[in-house]
Amino acid sequence: MSDCRREWNREDELPVYLAGPISTGPNQRKSFGMFSSVEGAFESKTIDFDNYAVGRQGSRTPRSGSRERLFDTRKPVGQTPTEAREETLTDSPRDGDDANTGVEVRTSSRDESPDGKNEKLLIKGGRVVNEDQSLYADVYIEDGIIKQVGENLVVPGGVKVIEADGRMVIPGGIDVNTCLMKPFLGIKPVDDFLQGTKAALAGGTTMIIDHVTPQPGDSLMEVFEHWQEAADKKACCDYSLHVDIPEWNETVKHELELLVEEKGINSFQVYMAYKDLYQMSDSQLYKAFSFLKHLGAVVLVHAENGDLIAQEQRKILGMGITGPEGHPLSRPEELEAEAAFRAITLSNRVNCPVYITKVMSKSAADTITQARRKGSLVFGEPISASLAADGSQYWSKNWAKAAAYVTSPPLSPDPTTPDHLHTLLACGDLQVVGSAHCAYSTSQKAIGKDDFTLIPEGTNGVEERMSIVWDKSVAMGKMDENQFVAVTSTNAAKIFNLYPRKGRIAVGSDADIVIWDPDSVKTISARLQQSASEYNIFEGLECCGGPALVLSQGRVVYEDGNLQAHPGTGRFIPRKPFPDFAYQRVKFRNQGKQGVTRGMYDGPVHDVACTPKYITPSPSARTSPTSNQPPPIRNLHQSNFSLSGAQADDNVPRRSGHRIVAPPGGRSNITSLG
Amino acid sequence: MSYQGKKNIPKITSDRLLIKGGRIVNDDQSFHADIYMEDGLIKQIGDNLIVPGGVKVIEAQGKMVIPGGIDIHTHFQMPYRGTTTVDDFAQGSKAALAGGTTMVVDHVIPDPGNSLLEAYDQWRQWADEKACCDYSLHVDITHWSDSVQQELECLIKEKGVNSFQVYMAYKDYYQMTNSELYEVFTFLAERGGIAQVHAENGEIIAEEQARMLQMGITGPEGHVLSRPEELEAEAVFRAITIASQTNCPLYVTRVMSKSAADIISQARKKGNVVFGEPITASLGTDGTHYWSKNWAKAASFVTSPPLSPDPTTPDYLNTLLSSGDLSVTGSAHCTFSVAQKAIGKDDFTQIPEGVNGVEERMALIWDKAVTSGKMDENMFVAVTSTNAAKILNLYPRKGRIAVGSDADLVIWDTDSIRTITAKTHNSAAEYNIFEGMELRGAPLVVICQGKIVLEDGNLHATSGVGRFIPCSAFPDFAYKRVKARKQLAVLKAVPRGMYDGPVSEYSMSRGGTPSASARTSPTKQPVRNLHQSGFSLAGPPAPDDIPIRPAGRRIVVPPGGRSNITSLS
Repeated sequence: MSDCRREWNREDELPVYLAGPISTGPNQRKSFGMFSSVEGAFESKTIDFDNYAVGRQGSRTPRSGSRERLFDTRKPVGQTPTEAREETLTDSPRDGDDANTGVEVRTSSRDESPDGKNEKLLIKGGRVVNEDQSLYADVYIEDGIIKQVGENLVVPGGVKVIEADGRMVIPGGIDVNTCLMKPFLGIKPVDDFLQGTKAALAGGTTMIIDHVTPQPGDSLMEVFEHWQEAADKKACCDYSLHVDIPEWNETVKHELELLVEEKGINSFQVYMAYKDLYQMSDSQLYKAFSFLKHLGAVVLVHAENGDLIAQEQRKILGMGITGPEGHPLSRPEELEAEAAFRAITLSNRVNCPVYITKVMSKSAADTITQARRKGSLVFGEPISASLAADGSQYWSKNWAKAAAYVTSPPLSPDPTTPDHLHTLLACGDLQVVGSAHCAYSTSQKAIGKDDFTLIPEGTNGVEERMSIVWDKSVAMGKMDENQFVAVTSTNAAKIFNLYPRKGRIAVGSDADIVIWDPDSVKTISARLQQSASEYNIFEGLECCGGPALVLSQGRVVYEDGNLQAHPGTGRFIPRKPFPDFAYQRVKFRNQGKQGVTRGMYDGPVHDVACTPKYITPSPSARTSPTSNQPPPIRNLHQSNFSLSGAQADDNVPRRSGHRIVAPPGGRSNITSLG
Repeated sequence: MSYQGKKNIPKITSDRLLIKGGRIVNDDQSFHADIYMEDGLIKQIGDNLIVPGGVKVIEAQGKMVIPGGIDIHTHFQMPYRGTTTVDDFAQGSKAALAGGTTMVVDHVIPDPGNSLLEAYDQWRQWADEKACCDYSLHVDITHWSDSVQQELECLIKEKGVNSFQVYMAYKDYYQMTNSELYEVFTFLAERGGIAQVHAENGEIIAEEQARMLQMGITGPEGHVLSRPEELEAEAVFRAITIASQTNCPLYVTRVMSKSAADIISQARKKGNVVFGEPITASLGTDGTHYWSKNWAKAASFVTSPPLSPDPTTPDYLNTLLSSGDLSVTGSAHCTFSVAQKAIGKDDFTQIPEGVNGVEERMALIWDKAVTSGKMDENMFVAVTSTNAAKILNLYPRKGRIAVGSDADLVIWDTDSIRTITAKTHNSAAEYNIFEGMELRGAPLVVICQGKIVLEDGNLHATSGVGRFIPCSAFPDFAYKRVKARKQLAVLKAVPRGMYDGPVSEYSMSRGGTPSASARTSPTKQPVRNLHQSGFSLAGPPAPDDIPIRPAGRRIVVPPGGRSNITSLS
């Protein structure tokens, strides 16, 4: 099967409908709309996106390898799955009956069959909720892809039918921010890709985008591959990766180019905090933004002022405050708002979209809102924690509990913050909800028991994310169900160029579907969670709304509280640069500025004594903020005035008598000064 | 020369003046009264004053009598690359007096690495020789080190300086990092100084300048294109953040754009102690002239932050000034001749920065804010004089007409109309950026140190009579709130039982915890090594078959929390 795939990757052997650039795929699909259960619908719909996987044709074992293992366990059909798929590709739906022979064989074992890849599913009687509209329709799924959406669908026999009973059928959630392998002082979070994706599925999230966090000096490419390898083995749902940029230099630039062009990464995070580790100076940020814009990538920013944090931490430690309450005290929300403001300023200058990860405070959210009002291209991502918890627990007497809340930027001690963030989310000023799931156990957190700066940062939230948004926004009447889909799934897919493959229930999209039960009530507790951490920061929170059934890649993975996740089934989803959602406006704003054409100035020029050749700022100048070497890049105001010497103009008559009368409209030239 | 020394100047002591029939306008109220002055001080205020004979009487005829203006921001005789601004202290203070300003506060700018005290002495010498009106000094902090700290200590305690400017622009020259700003602000907050900032993001400016030059834009329009107003607003926001963290009063010099002014007014609404200073140029003109075809004209507008190309900016700033969101007005008077500006004729980054404005300041505000109905006469006094005196801790000696105050007075004619032109202005510059502007309102009589210096349109200024007015630390206007907040904001640790649960092992490769003595010059010394890890790609990957849930530890939290977690499992 992998052979087969590899052949497909050769350009000349691609079937016609796959040969074009990928961007044609979505467009074609769009033109068919929702109800395209008609002839020809399949021809361009059952696109195997895997085959587009940029960067997959290399030496790396494709994720199909893991799937292969699963398929190998079961050989009732004489076909490999890919072959079966090929058949459905070429056959029209009406005369696809012969292909169904294979399916019928499988129907008997469909309930137990772990893979169910070729399983045909029909969701009947549900209300399909997309970000733009809701409608009653059935959804027919085959090969992990939505084949038909509409009423009275003509489907082959032997199809497993799921009765939705009028409940909502929504696109599976996309969690844009998880850190399942982020190392801290050499230890890794207790939730790895297996544990983390299981928790995600249990909460109705069918895709995660994890952060690859290289350390300064590491090769981004190597670390990325390490992450991908781990995820291919363990992930139970589709995933993609952001890559964090820990430093800025030529090697990094080269690797970024490779990551974008060959590996299908279109989002990179830079840090304004973590002084002397990840933090970049404004000049470096400017260069990074410019470069990433040129690559068409989305710039993610961890927005906190690291310089001030370092100062505040020193002050707080000096006052003898070593517990978790020192964490929010040393990172007041102003510092977050300040950095968000600065990041937006930079992005305006460079004219590139910027995405603020982890919006934790009202003031940061307000800053983003105001910038959007002025037309800035900025996206804000509140996380589960900031949407449902506040920072008052940092003062808990229970150290372990207080430490469980430690994340950066910290939760705001203002208890009205979650409500405010939900309001902004509902009105569209904040766009996506992540979880920043990064779960450390209590003993790992206890590394910082005597010094809050050493507490590993991270909270849980991947499992609770969707329910929290439902409970606090939709159930409270702030948000409608369509906006719920937008913030939990569709906007993320659009920003990161996954749309409409992900984030929408439409013909041709991936069959990542959730049947949402708005009435179920669940009390969040560490006892019941999928995550491996001992604490749940939402402990005791009663949440209205939850997934009743979750389909990932067309397979039922969660039903009525039973999780049937399979490690290794998650595929890496490559993403193309220049997502329209973020970059369309940028293209129009790219207009050059022009200088004023003037006659040459030929009046007198003051002699500059001792002119050291003033270098205009050279773009290549390294901007590490070491002030040791003082090459004056811009020597405005430098003077060679010496205290001992007499001033040149001590005795100069007060006025040289030059007067310039500017006629209305100005003169083009001032040749006649005297 | 100090305050006490004034008695040695006989010309002043002999002057006895009576202003009759004027309407005294202070920042709080206006009333009709006569003023009697002697020895350069106001001795009596009231009706039917009993005064000695031989007094010169000025009939005010119902005109306004206001405290003389205080221009809180000037650069007279500023050295710049071997040349000096064309207006020295004599020329500049004459222009000030002609415009109704009786006190200027000049910026001392030491070169980075040079001694602050030496620079201060140098400025004192220049000013004492030439100044025609009283003056005071700000000192700019152009670099940060232990010796600078000692000098600052001395300047505050002994030299009568209470305001210090730091720069967020001029990368690799004056610019300070956020950490340095934090330390400066902390230092000043402890000693009662006012932190002034030149707020622009120097790093982005450097990048933008390189980009503009690369695009072939070398004229003065490149100046404004490379310094868009966002950069000013961003830096203002950052400065306010740092000031609020350090609980230090902040003074933003040269508010040039709407967005920067908005940031200041928002911060004030949140309770930050921040003062904004629009300057004559930003209140009177806009940045459209940078695109003038006449290079010399365009260059004469070059200042930093630049004038905003948005023509509605002056009006907006006048509105905020009237509402009290912006507190004081300066002029940032710093004039270069056309030949000096022409140093940058092929490269806008080399154009010396500075505009005129000390003479036009009062009349311009009167015309734009008072005659347009935005502001009343009391507010006019506040923004041109009283607030500055309060911030500098000179109130009520300056900035108020009261018994015991200095006799710096202006009789203001609200109706006279003048056209500003370089032909008649008192500055030595060839260009006036307000050229052709018709302004209503002008000083009729200016009295400085109890002496008439402007009367009937004739200026009788005398070089060298200006005294240095020392400013003391902890001005109430800025520090009363700060002091109160200091007492409130005492942080306390939460008393907890010792955590005695298990602790994960971690690699000890981390750097030390932040040591308080670590110098914060942003060298590579790892002050805080959060997240540094020993995780290496070469090392053995974690085995895949580790138990997923570590030992099934779960912590049940009873309501109210437990004081200790001794029993984890």
